[in-house]
Amino acid sequence: MNEKLKMSMIKSGRAVYNALPVLAGVVLLVSLANALIPKSAYAVLFSKNVFLDSVIGSAVGSVLAGNPVTSYILGGELLKQGVSLIAVTSFIVAWVTVGVVQFPGESILLGRKFALLRNILSFAFSIIVGITTVFILGLI
Amino acid sequence: MSEKSYTGLYFLLSVIAVYLIAGFFRPEIVVSSLQFSLKVMQNIAPVFVLVFTLMIVIDYFVSPKIISSYLGKSSGVKRWFIAITGGIISTGPIYMWYPMLRELKEQGVNYGFIAAFLYNRALKPPLIPVMLYYFGLKYVVVLTIVMIIMSIIQGVIIEKIEDGGFL
Repeated sequence: MNEKLKMSMIKSGRAVYNALPVLAGVVLLVSLANALIPKSAYAVLFSKNVFLDSVIGSAVGSVLAGNPVTSYILGGELLKQGVSLIAVTSFIVAWVTVGVVQFPGESILLGRKFALLRNILSFAFSIIVGITTVFILGLI
Repeated sequence: MSEKSYTGLYFLLSVIAVYLIAGFFRPEIVVSSLQFSLKVMQNIAPVFVLVFTLMIVIDYFVSPKIISSYLGKSSGVKRWFIAITGGIISTGPIYMWYPMLRELKEQGVNYGFIAAFLYNRALKPPLIPVMLYYFGLKYVVVLTIVMIIMSIIQGVIIEKIEDGGFL
Protein backbone atom coordinates (compact mmCIF):
# COMPACT_ATOMS: atom_id res chain seq x y z
CA MET A 1 0.00 0.00 0.00
CA ASN A 2 1.12 3.52 -0.81
CA GLU A 3 3.01 4.87 2.23
CA LYS A 4 1.22 8.25 2.11
CA LEU A 5 -2.20 6.56 2.03
CA LYS A 6 -1.20 4.38 4.99
CA MET A 7 -0.15 7.46 6.94
CA SER A 8 -3.44 9.22 6.06
CA MET A 9 -5.41 6.19 7.29
CA ILE A 10 -3.45 6.03 10.55
CA LYS A 11 -3.81 9.78 11.14
CA SER A 12 -7.55 9.80 10.38
CA GLY A 13 -8.06 6.63 12.42
CA ARG A 14 -6.35 8.27 15.39
CA ALA A 15 -8.49 11.43 15.01
CA VAL A 16 -11.70 9.37 14.89
CA TYR A 17 -10.55 7.25 17.85
CA ASN A 18 -9.91 10.41 19.88
CA ALA A 19 -13.33 11.81 18.92
CA LEU A 20 -15.19 8.60 19.84
CA PRO A 21 -15.71 9.34 23.58
CA VAL A 22 -17.02 12.83 22.68
CA LEU A 23 -19.44 11.50 20.05
CA ALA A 24 -20.64 8.72 22.38
CA GLY A 25 -21.17 11.31 25.14
CA VAL A 26 -23.18 13.58 22.82
CA VAL A 27 -25.37 10.68 21.62
CA LEU A 28 -26.07 9.68 25.25
CA LEU A 29 -26.82 13.31 26.25
CA VAL A 30 -29.16 13.89 23.29
CA SER A 31 -31.03 10.66 24.12
CA LEU A 32 -31.36 11.61 27.79
CA ALA A 33 -32.61 15.12 26.92
CA ASN A 34 -35.17 13.60 24.55
CA ALA A 35 -36.43 11.25 27.25
CA LEU A 36 -36.49 13.86 30.03
CA ILE A 37 -38.28 16.68 28.18
CA PRO A 38 -41.82 15.68 27.18
CA LYS A 39 -42.62 17.05 23.72
CA SER A 40 -46.27 17.61 24.62
CA ALA A 41 -45.26 20.31 27.12
CA TYR A 42 -43.89 22.81 24.60
CA ALA A 43 -47.10 24.56 23.65
CA VAL A 44 -47.75 25.88 27.17
CA LEU A 45 -44.46 27.81 27.05
CA PHE A 46 -45.71 30.19 24.37
CA SER A 47 -47.45 33.41 25.37
CA LYS A 48 -49.16 34.40 22.06
CA ASN A 49 -47.01 37.57 22.04
CA VAL A 50 -45.29 37.45 18.64
CA PHE A 51 -41.88 38.83 19.64
CA LEU A 52 -41.67 37.15 23.04
CA ASP A 53 -42.76 33.90 21.40
CA SER A 54 -39.98 34.11 18.81
CA VAL A 55 -37.44 34.31 21.67
CA ILE A 56 -39.21 31.44 23.47
CA GLY A 57 -39.31 29.47 20.19
CA SER A 58 -35.57 29.95 19.71
CA ALA A 59 -34.84 29.04 23.32
CA VAL A 60 -36.93 25.86 23.20
CA GLY A 61 -35.46 24.90 19.81
CA SER A 62 -31.94 25.46 21.15
CA VAL A 63 -32.38 23.11 24.09
CA LEU A 64 -34.06 20.35 22.12
CA ALA A 65 -32.20 18.06 19.79
CA GLY A 66 -33.03 15.38 17.30
CA ASN A 67 -34.13 14.84 13.74
CA PRO A 68 -35.29 18.07 12.03
CA VAL A 69 -38.46 16.24 10.92
CA THR A 70 -39.56 16.21 14.57
CA SER A 71 -39.22 20.01 14.65
CA TYR A 72 -41.39 20.34 11.50
CA ILE A 73 -44.10 18.16 13.00
CA LEU A 74 -43.97 20.01 16.34
CA GLY A 75 -43.88 23.36 14.49
CA GLY A 76 -46.97 22.36 12.50
CA GLU A 77 -48.78 21.43 15.71
CA LEU A 78 -47.76 24.71 17.39
CA LEU A 79 -49.14 26.65 14.41
CA LYS A 80 -52.47 24.82 14.78
CA GLN A 81 -52.52 25.84 18.44
CA GLY A 82 -52.24 29.52 17.48
CA VAL A 83 -48.52 30.11 17.97
CA SER A 84 -47.26 32.69 15.44
CA LEU A 85 -45.36 31.71 12.29
CA ILE A 86 -42.42 33.89 13.41
CA ALA A 87 -42.12 31.91 16.65
CA VAL A 88 -42.50 28.57 14.88
CA THR A 89 -39.86 29.52 12.29
CA SER A 90 -37.46 30.64 15.05
CA PHE A 91 -38.13 27.32 16.79
CA ILE A 92 -37.43 25.22 13.65
CA VAL A 93 -34.27 27.17 12.80
CA ALA A 94 -32.88 27.07 16.35
CA TRP A 95 -33.62 23.33 16.55
CA VAL A 96 -31.07 22.64 13.81
CA THR A 97 -28.59 25.50 14.18
CA VAL A 98 -28.20 25.85 17.96
CA GLY A 99 -27.07 22.87 20.02
CA VAL A 100 -27.12 23.29 23.77
CA VAL A 101 -26.96 19.52 24.28
CA GLN A 102 -24.22 19.10 21.66
CA PHE A 103 -22.28 22.11 23.00
CA PRO A 104 -19.79 20.11 25.12
CA GLY A 105 -18.90 17.95 22.10
CA GLU A 106 -18.59 20.93 19.76
CA SER A 107 -16.54 22.74 22.37
CA ILE A 108 -14.07 19.87 22.83
CA LEU A 109 -13.61 19.14 19.13
CA LEU A 110 -13.83 22.61 17.56
CA GLY A 111 -12.85 24.95 20.39
CA ARG A 112 -14.79 26.46 23.29
CA LYS A 113 -14.73 30.08 22.09
CA PHE A 114 -15.86 29.12 18.60
CA ALA A 115 -18.66 26.86 19.89
CA LEU A 116 -19.88 29.59 22.24
CA LEU A 117 -19.78 32.32 19.59
CA ARG A 118 -21.41 30.14 16.92
CA ASN A 119 -24.26 29.07 19.21
CA ILE A 120 -24.92 32.62 20.47
CA LEU A 121 -24.93 33.97 16.91
CA SER A 122 -27.15 31.10 15.71
CA PHE A 123 -29.60 31.80 18.53
CA ALA A 124 -29.84 35.48 17.56
CA PHE A 125 -30.01 34.57 13.87
CA SER A 126 -32.87 32.14 14.43
CA ILE A 127 -35.02 35.07 15.64
CA ILE A 128 -33.87 37.25 12.73
CA VAL A 129 -34.58 34.42 10.25
CA GLY A 130 -38.07 33.98 11.74
CA ILE A 131 -38.90 37.69 11.43
CA THR A 132 -37.31 38.08 7.95
CA THR A 133 -38.98 34.97 6.51
CA VAL A 134 -42.45 35.96 7.67
CA PHE A 135 -41.88 39.58 6.57
CA ILE A 136 -40.90 38.44 3.03
CA LEU A 137 -43.83 36.02 2.93
CA GLY A 138 -46.10 38.97 3.71
CA LEU A 139 -44.69 40.86 0.75
CA ILE A 140 -45.06 38.15 -1.91
CA MET B 1 -2.95 10.15 24.77
CA SER B 2 -2.99 13.96 24.51
CA GLU B 3 -4.62 16.31 26.98
CA LYS B 4 -7.40 16.94 24.43
CA SER B 5 -8.14 13.20 24.23
CA TYR B 6 -8.46 13.06 28.00
CA THR B 7 -10.98 15.93 27.82
CA GLY B 8 -13.22 13.75 25.63
CA LEU B 9 -12.88 10.86 28.04
CA TYR B 10 -13.70 13.08 31.03
CA PHE B 11 -16.75 14.34 29.14
CA LEU B 12 -17.97 10.77 28.51
CA LEU B 13 -17.37 9.88 32.17
CA SER B 14 -19.37 12.97 33.23
CA VAL B 15 -22.28 11.90 31.00
CA ILE B 16 -22.12 8.37 32.48
CA ALA B 17 -22.21 9.96 35.95
CA VAL B 18 -25.33 11.93 34.93
CA TYR B 19 -26.91 8.64 33.77
CA LEU B 20 -26.07 6.97 37.08
CA ILE B 21 -27.66 9.86 39.01
CA ALA B 22 -30.72 9.86 36.71
CA GLY B 23 -30.94 6.07 37.04
CA PHE B 24 -31.11 6.38 40.80
CA PHE B 25 -34.26 8.55 40.57
CA ARG B 26 -35.81 7.51 37.24
CA PRO B 27 -34.46 4.12 36.09
CA GLU B 28 -37.10 3.82 33.34
CA ILE B 29 -35.83 7.07 31.74
CA VAL B 30 -32.26 5.72 31.67
CA VAL B 31 -33.35 2.43 30.09
CA SER B 32 -35.32 4.21 27.34
CA SER B 33 -32.41 6.68 26.79
CA LEU B 34 -29.94 3.80 26.41
CA GLN B 35 -32.26 2.03 23.96
CA PHE B 36 -32.63 5.28 22.00
CA SER B 37 -28.84 5.79 22.04
CA LEU B 38 -28.30 2.30 20.65
CA LYS B 39 -30.76 3.01 17.84
CA VAL B 40 -29.02 6.34 17.08
CA MET B 41 -25.61 4.62 17.03
CA GLN B 42 -26.90 1.99 14.59
CA ASN B 43 -28.32 4.74 12.37
CA ILE B 44 -25.17 6.85 12.37
CA ALA B 45 -22.75 3.97 11.74
CA PRO B 46 -22.84 4.46 7.92
CA VAL B 47 -22.29 8.22 8.37
CA PHE B 48 -19.35 7.43 10.60
CA VAL B 49 -17.78 5.33 7.84
CA LEU B 50 -18.45 8.16 5.35
CA VAL B 51 -16.83 10.77 7.61
CA PHE B 52 -13.81 8.50 8.24
CA THR B 53 -13.39 7.93 4.49
CA LEU B 54 -13.68 11.67 3.80
CA MET B 55 -11.05 12.38 6.46
CA ILE B 56 -8.63 9.96 4.76
CA VAL B 57 -9.37 11.54 1.36
CA ILE B 58 -8.83 15.05 2.75
CA ASP B 59 -5.58 14.07 4.45
CA TYR B 60 -4.32 12.25 1.34
CA PHE B 61 -5.29 14.70 -1.40
CA VAL B 62 -5.83 18.08 0.23
CA SER B 63 -2.76 20.14 0.95
CA PRO B 64 -2.64 23.50 2.77
CA LYS B 65 -2.13 25.05 -0.70
CA ILE B 66 -5.40 23.54 -1.97
CA ILE B 67 -7.15 24.59 1.24
CA SER B 68 -6.06 28.18 0.78
CA SER B 69 -7.04 28.27 -2.91
CA TYR B 70 -10.48 26.65 -2.45
CA LEU B 71 -11.49 27.23 1.17
CA GLY B 72 -9.28 30.14 2.23
CA LYS B 73 -10.14 33.83 2.12
CA SER B 74 -8.26 34.25 -1.16
CA SER B 75 -10.73 31.91 -2.87
CA GLY B 76 -13.46 34.59 -2.58
CA VAL B 77 -17.07 33.47 -2.97
CA LYS B 78 -15.94 29.95 -3.93
CA ARG B 79 -15.46 29.01 -0.26
CA TRP B 80 -18.99 30.06 0.66
CA PHE B 81 -20.38 28.05 -2.25
CA ILE B 82 -18.44 24.98 -1.06
CA ALA B 83 -19.54 25.51 2.58
CA ILE B 84 -23.20 25.85 1.53
CA THR B 85 -23.15 22.83 -0.80
CA GLY B 86 -21.15 20.70 1.65
CA GLY B 87 -23.46 21.61 4.53
CA ILE B 88 -26.60 20.83 2.53
CA ILE B 89 -25.47 17.48 1.08
CA SER B 90 -23.83 16.15 4.27
CA THR B 91 -26.02 13.58 6.02
CA GLY B 92 -26.49 12.38 9.61
CA PRO B 93 -26.39 14.29 12.89
CA ILE B 94 -24.38 17.51 13.08
CA TYR B 95 -21.93 16.19 15.68
CA MET B 96 -20.74 13.41 13.34
CA TRP B 97 -19.03 16.10 11.26
CA TYR B 98 -17.06 17.70 14.10
CA PRO B 99 -14.00 15.38 13.71
CA MET B 100 -13.76 16.11 9.96
CA LEU B 101 -14.19 19.85 10.50
CA ARG B 102 -11.50 19.74 13.18
CA GLU B 103 -9.20 18.04 10.66
CA LEU B 104 -9.96 20.81 8.14
CA LYS B 105 -9.31 23.45 10.80
CA GLU B 106 -5.91 21.91 11.52
CA GLN B 107 -5.18 22.06 7.78
CA GLY B 108 -5.85 25.81 7.77
CA VAL B 109 -9.57 26.29 7.13
CA ASN B 110 -10.97 29.26 9.04
CA TYR B 111 -13.84 29.17 11.53
CA GLY B 112 -16.06 31.24 9.21
CA PHE B 113 -16.16 28.38 6.70
CA ILE B 114 -16.90 25.85 9.47
CA ALA B 115 -19.74 28.02 10.82
CA ALA B 116 -21.29 28.41 7.35
CA PHE B 117 -21.00 24.63 6.78
CA LEU B 118 -22.70 23.88 10.11
CA TYR B 119 -25.47 26.44 9.51
CA ASN B 120 -26.34 24.86 6.17
CA ARG B 121 -26.65 21.45 7.82
CA ALA B 122 -30.12 22.75 8.63
CA LEU B 123 -31.13 22.49 4.97
CA LYS B 124 -31.79 18.87 4.05
CA PRO B 125 -33.29 18.13 0.61
CA PRO B 126 -34.70 14.70 1.66
CA LEU B 127 -36.72 16.42 4.39
CA ILE B 128 -38.22 19.09 2.12
CA PRO B 129 -41.39 17.04 1.32
CA VAL B 130 -42.23 16.92 5.04
CA MET B 131 -41.65 20.64 5.37
CA LEU B 132 -43.77 21.28 2.26
CA TYR B 133 -46.60 19.26 3.77
CA TYR B 134 -46.64 21.38 6.94
CA PHE B 135 -45.68 24.84 5.66
CA GLY B 136 -46.15 25.04 1.87
CA LEU B 137 -43.83 25.75 -1.08
CA LYS B 138 -43.58 29.55 -0.68
CA TYR B 139 -42.47 29.21 2.93
CA VAL B 140 -39.88 26.52 2.17
CA VAL B 141 -38.35 28.54 -0.71
CA VAL B 142 -38.17 31.79 1.30
CA LEU B 143 -36.80 30.10 4.43
CA THR B 144 -34.15 28.24 2.42
CA ILE B 145 -32.94 31.44 0.72
CA VAL B 146 -32.95 33.42 3.98
CA MET B 147 -31.00 30.66 5.77
CA ILE B 148 -28.37 30.43 3.02
CA ILE B 149 -27.85 34.21 3.19
CA MET B 150 -27.68 34.11 7.00
CA SER B 151 -25.10 31.31 6.87
CA ILE B 152 -22.78 33.53 4.81
CA ILE B 153 -23.38 36.51 7.13
CA GLN B 154 -22.56 34.31 10.12
CA GLY B 155 -19.47 32.98 8.36
CA VAL B 156 -18.25 36.50 7.56
CA ILE B 157 -18.83 37.71 11.14
CA ILE B 158 -16.94 34.74 12.62
CA GLU B 159 -14.15 35.15 10.06
CA LYS B 160 -13.76 38.82 11.06
CA ILE B 161 -13.73 37.92 14.76
CA GLU B 162 -11.12 35.23 14.09
CA ASP B 163 -9.02 37.70 12.07
CA GLY B 164 -9.17 40.03 15.06
CA GLY B 165 -7.51 37.30 17.13
CA PHE B 166 -10.48 36.66 19.38
CA LEU B 167 -10.85 32.94 18.59
